[in-house]
Amino acid sequence: MTDKNAQLDDLSDGGSQPDLVDGSEEINPPVADAHAPAPAGAGRDGTDLFTPGEPIADTKAPAGPIADKWATRQFDAALVNPANRRKLSVIIVGTGLAGASAGATLGEAGYHVKSFCYQDSPRRAHSIAAQGGINAAKNYKEDGDSIYRLFYDTVKGGDYRSRETNVYRLAEVSANIIDQCVAQGVPFAREYGGLLDNRSFGGVQVSRTFYARGQTGQQLLIGAYQALERQVAAGTVETFTRHEMLELIVVDGRARGIIARNMVTGEIETHLADAVVLASGGYGNVFFLSTNAMGSNVTASWRAHRKGAYFANPCYTQIHPTCIPVSGAHQSKLTLMSESLRNDGRIWVPKDPADADKDPRQIPEEARDYYLERIYPSFGNLVPRDIASRAAKYQCDDGKGVGPAVEEIDAEGNSRMVRRGVYLDFAEAISRLGKPAVEAKYGNLFDMYQRITGENPYEVPMRIYPAVHYTMGGLWVDYDLQSSIPGLFVAGEANFSDHGANRLGASALMQGLADGYFVLPNTIRDYLAKGPFEKVASDSPDVVAARAQVTDRINKFLSIQGTRSVDSYHKELGAIMWEYCGMERTEVGLRKAIGLIRELRADFWTNVRVLGANEQLNQSLEKAGRVADFLELGELMCIDALHRRESCGGHFRAESQTEDGEALRHDDLFAYVAAWEWGGENGAPTLHKEDLEYEAIEMKQRSYK
Amino acid sequence: MNLTLNIWRQDGPQAKGRMVTYKVTDISPDMSFLEMLDVLNEQLNDGGEEPIAFDSDCREGICGMCGLMISGDAHGPEKTTTCQLHMRSFSDGETITIEPWRAEAFPVIRDLVVDRSAFDRIIQAGGFISVNTGAAPEAHAVPVPKVKADRAFEAAECIGCGACVAACPNASAMLFMGAKVTHLGELPQGQPERFSRVVDMVSQHDGEGFGGCTNVGACSTACPKGIPLDVISTLNMDLRHALSRKA
Ligand SMILES: Cc1cc2nc3c(=O)[nH]c(=O)nc-3n(C[C@H](O)[C@H](O)[C@H](O)COP(=O)(O)OP(=O)(O)OC[C@H]3O[C@@H](n4cnc5c(N)ncnc54)[C@H](O)[C@@H]3O)c2cc1C
Ligand code: SF4
Ligand code: FES
Repeated sequence: MTDKNAQLDDLSDGGSQPDLVDGSEEINPPVADAHAPAPAGAGRDGTDLFTPGEPIADTKAPAGPIADKWATRQFDAALVNPANRRKLSVIIVGTGLAGASAGATLGEAGYHVKSFCYQDSPRRAHSIAAQGGINAAKNYKEDGDSIYRLFYDTVKGGDYRSRETNVYRLAEVSANIIDQCVAQGVPFAREYGGLLDNRSFGGVQVSRTFYARGQTGQQLLIGAYQALERQVAAGTVETFTRHEMLELIVVDGRARGIIARNMVTGEIETHLADAVVLASGGYGNVFFLSTNAMGSNVTASWRAHRKGAYFANPCYTQIHPTCIPVSGAHQSKLTLMSESLRNDGRIWVPKDPADADKDPRQIPEEARDYYLERIYPSFGNLVPRDIASRAAKYQCDDGKGVGPAVEEIDAEGNSRMVRRGVYLDFAEAISRLGKPAVEAKYGNLFDMYQRITGENPYEVPMRIYPAVHYTMGGLWVDYDLQSSIPGLFVAGEANFSDHGANRLGASALMQGLADGYFVLPNTIRDYLAKGPFEKVASDSPDVVAARAQVTDRINKFLSIQGTRSVDSYHKELGAIMWEYCGMERTEVGLRKAIGLIRELRADFWTNVRVLGANEQLNQSLEKAGRVADFLELGELMCIDALHRRESCGGHFRAESQTEDGEALRHDDLFAYVAAWEWGGENGAPTLHKEDLEYEAIEMKQRSYK
Repeated sequence: MNLTLNIWRQDGPQAKGRMVTYKVTDISPDMSFLEMLDVLNEQLNDGGEEPIAFDSDCREGICGMCGLMISGDAHGPEKTTTCQLHMRSFSDGETITIEPWRAEAFPVIRDLVVDRSAFDRIIQAGGFISVNTGAAPEAHAVPVPKVKADRAFEAAECIGCGACVAACPNASAMLFMGAKVTHLGELPQGQPERFSRVVDMVSQHDGEGFGGCTNVGACSTACPKGIPLDVISTLNMDLRHALSRKA
C-alpha cells in the first residue's frame, strides 16, 4: 500500500522535497514554514485543519537537579490543617488503580471524597485485567537497577516524547508502591525464603517487575479497592457506582463538579466539590476492537476537553503484538496473550500465500518464513512491541496471513477479505524443553487460548495478531497533574505525561498507583490549601447550563429514532481508525479518514436508533453517549497524526522511515508535546506546543537490528 | 448454529418479570456466549424491540461483572465465566434458558442485571488491612513463607462474581467471604485484624439477607476461579476462635 523505500528527507535543511505520499509533483512548503499557518487546503501537515496557538510549558516542576525536584515540590506545596480537611471536598471519577488509590489516600488524609465509576463495583475497573506486572526500582536482585536506570529506560522506551521531570518522579516513588501494596496484603510472587520475586519484562535488562501470577492488575486493584472500602466504612469516602460522569462543571474558570447520570434510574445528578480528579482510563476503544474492557471510554476526558482542558498527543496508541486474532464480524473485543510467550515461541508465516489454509504442521521448514529472525537477527522474536506489530501487519498485508479471512474496508473504502494472523509456534520449545516445562511456564495462557479459539496450542501453533492496547495520549497535565483547567486533576492512563510515544511493559500499573497513592495527595493539597472555594449554588448558571447540556443530549439520542444501532457506528468508526490511524499512517490515509469520520458523525446524529427511555437502565443510551464522543476524538487523533510528520514509538508515519524501513524520528522538529485546545462545535482545534527539554538524558535514535 | 433462547425479561426492579422466547440463527461456534447475545440484541434493536440488558466489562474472565444462569448453571456448563464461555459448548438446535442470578440479596435491576453491592458492604465491614498510605514498612521487612503466600493467592483469585451465591440453595455468600478471610488471614500483614474481621464480615453477610452455609458445595462447583471449599472451613475456624476469645 505504501512505498516502503520512500523517505522523508531531512526536514531541517529548509529545502523542498517531492511529495512522497501520492507521487504527485506537489512541492513541500519550506521547512521554516512547516508549522506556520498554510493557506486553506494547502497545509501538508494539516495546518488547514487546525490553528497554531501559543506555546505552553509546565510551570510547576521546581528548578534544580532532577533528583531533588520532587522533594522540593512536596516541601513547597502548601499544607492543609487536619481540622480543615473535612471541609474540603474532592470528586474522583474512576476507580481503577489511579482513582481507587487516590480516593483511599485522600479519604485517609481526611478530605471528603466522592468516588464514581460506571461498573457495579469499584473492584471491576479495567485495571483488573492487567496481566504482566508492575515495575519498581527496588534493586532486590542487585543487578544494577536504580531510580536513574528505571527513569532512563522509561524515557528511552517512550522514544523521547515524555516529560523528563514526571518520569523521574515516577521512578523515584516506584519503590514505595511495592511497600504499600505488600502491607495491604497484595500476594505478590515470592521465592521460597519468603522474599519477593521479580522477573524482567519487555526488553529491559534488569529484573524489576513484581507480579502476581498472570493477575497482577487484579491483585493490585483489589488492594486499592479494599483500601477505598475501608475509607467508605470510615465515612470519608462516598462511592457512586453505576454512575457515569457526563459533564464537567466549570465555574469562574475552575473545575467545581460534575454532572453524572445514575445508570439505574436515569436521574441526572449534580455533584459539586472543591476539586475534581479524572482517573477515567484510556480511550483505546475508539478502535472498537481493543484489549480494553467493553465500557472503557473517553467521555470524562472529552467532556473536560470541550470545557477547556487540553488534549495531548491523542494519536499515540500502543499496539500490542501478541493478541488472539479476530475470528469474525461478531467479535466484541480482543484478548491479550502475555508478551512473555515471545521468549520461547517462534513467529512465522508461510512463504507461499497458497499455504494459508494448510495445517501448519504440514508446512515444511523451508516453506516457512521466520521473518523476525530473518529481519532482526540480533533481537529476533524479542524485538519491541511496535516493531513486532508492524512486521506482522506487513506479512498479512502481503497476503501471507493465516487463520480465518475477515472482512475489512480497504484504503479505497471497499470491503475485502484478509487473513489477519501469524503463527506463534512452540513446537521447537516443546521438543527442546519438553511439554511439562512449557506447561509449567505458560499453562494458563495456553488454556486461555484454547478456550477462546478451540484449538490446542500444544499441538497446533498459536495464531496471534497485533491489537490496540493502551493510549499514551490523554489530557495535558503539569507536574502537579493539574490540567489546563485549574482544579481539574488527571491521573493514570487518562493523562499523557509519563510514557511518551510508546509505553514499556509493566509501567502503566506503576504510574496509576504512583499518581494515586503518592503524587496527587501532595499536589492537590497545594491547590486545596486555597479552599474551600466559594460555594457554588446548584442553580448557578454554569450548573444549570451543564445539566441542560446533558439532558438535551440524552433527549436528542432518544428522539432521533433512526435505523442504525449505536454499535454499528462504533464498529465502522473503529475500522476507519484502525485502517488509517492504526499501526501505519500516511498523509493521504489520514485525510481520507477525517472525511470518512465527518460523514459518519453526521449520519450518526441523524440516523442512530436508541430505543427505550432515560429513566431506566438503558445500555444503548450509555453507549450512544460514548460513541458520540469517540466520533469527535477520532477526528482529533487523525489531525494529530497528520501534523506529526515523524515516526516515533507505536506511531509510524510511512513517509518518515529509514532506508531499511525503520521508524525515523525528527527531534529537530517534533520534540514537543502537542496539546490541543477545543475549537468549538464546528471550529478547528488550536495546537499548543510544549517543548520537551531533556536535561538529564541525551536523545538518541533507537535501533534493534 | 440455530438456537432457541428463553430469556428472563424484567423492565425494572419493581416490574414483574417474564420469560420470552427468541430465535437466533447463524451463530458461529467461535462466538462467546455474550457475543451471541450481542447478535440477538442487534436483531432486536433493528426490529424495534429494546435490547436485553446484561452486564459485562472485561470479557476476559477477570472483572467479575458478567454472570448469567444458563440452563440452570451459574455461568453455564463449563467451569469458567459467562464471558469466556463459547458457543462451541452448545449444539445446533439447542434450547437455552437464560436467567439472572437469583438471591434475595441480589435484587434484579433489569432483565439479566442484578445488584451485587452487598458484596462491597461485606468488604467494607472488614475485608481489608488497615494501613495508611506512606506508613508501610519496607516490603522485605516481613517475609511471607511461600506456602502461605500461595494459599493466600489462591483465595485472592476470587473475582466477586456472585456465582457461588446464585448456585447455593441457601443463597449463602460463604465462599466469597471465606476467600477474603483466607486471603488476608494467611498473611502476617492480616493478623492484627484477623478475628474482628471475620466477626464483622459474617454479621454484615447475615444482615444483607444471604443464607447460612449447609455444606452443599454447589458454590465451589460453580466458581469460575476454582476457589476451594475449604476456605469456608478456614472461615468457620476463625469465627469459632474469635467468638470463643470474646466469650
Ligand atoms: C489486557 C491488559 C493487560 C495489561 N497489562 C498490563 C501490565 O501487565 N502492566 C502494566 O503496567 N499495565 C498493563 N496494562 C495497562 C493498565 O492495565 C492500564 O493502563 C491501567 O490499569 C489504567 O488504570 P487507570 O486507573 O488509569 O484506569 P482504569 O483502570 O481504566 O479505570 C478507569 C475507571 O474510570 C471509570 N470511568 C471511566 N469513564 C467514566 C465516566 N464517564 N464516569 C464514571 N466513571 C468512569 C471506570 O468505571 C473505571 O473505574 C494492561 C492493559 C490491558 C488491557
Ligand atoms: S468465590 Fe468464586 S463464585 Fe464466588 S464470587 Fe468469588 S469467584 Fe465468584
Ligand atoms: S466480563 Fe469480566 S469476568 Fe466476564
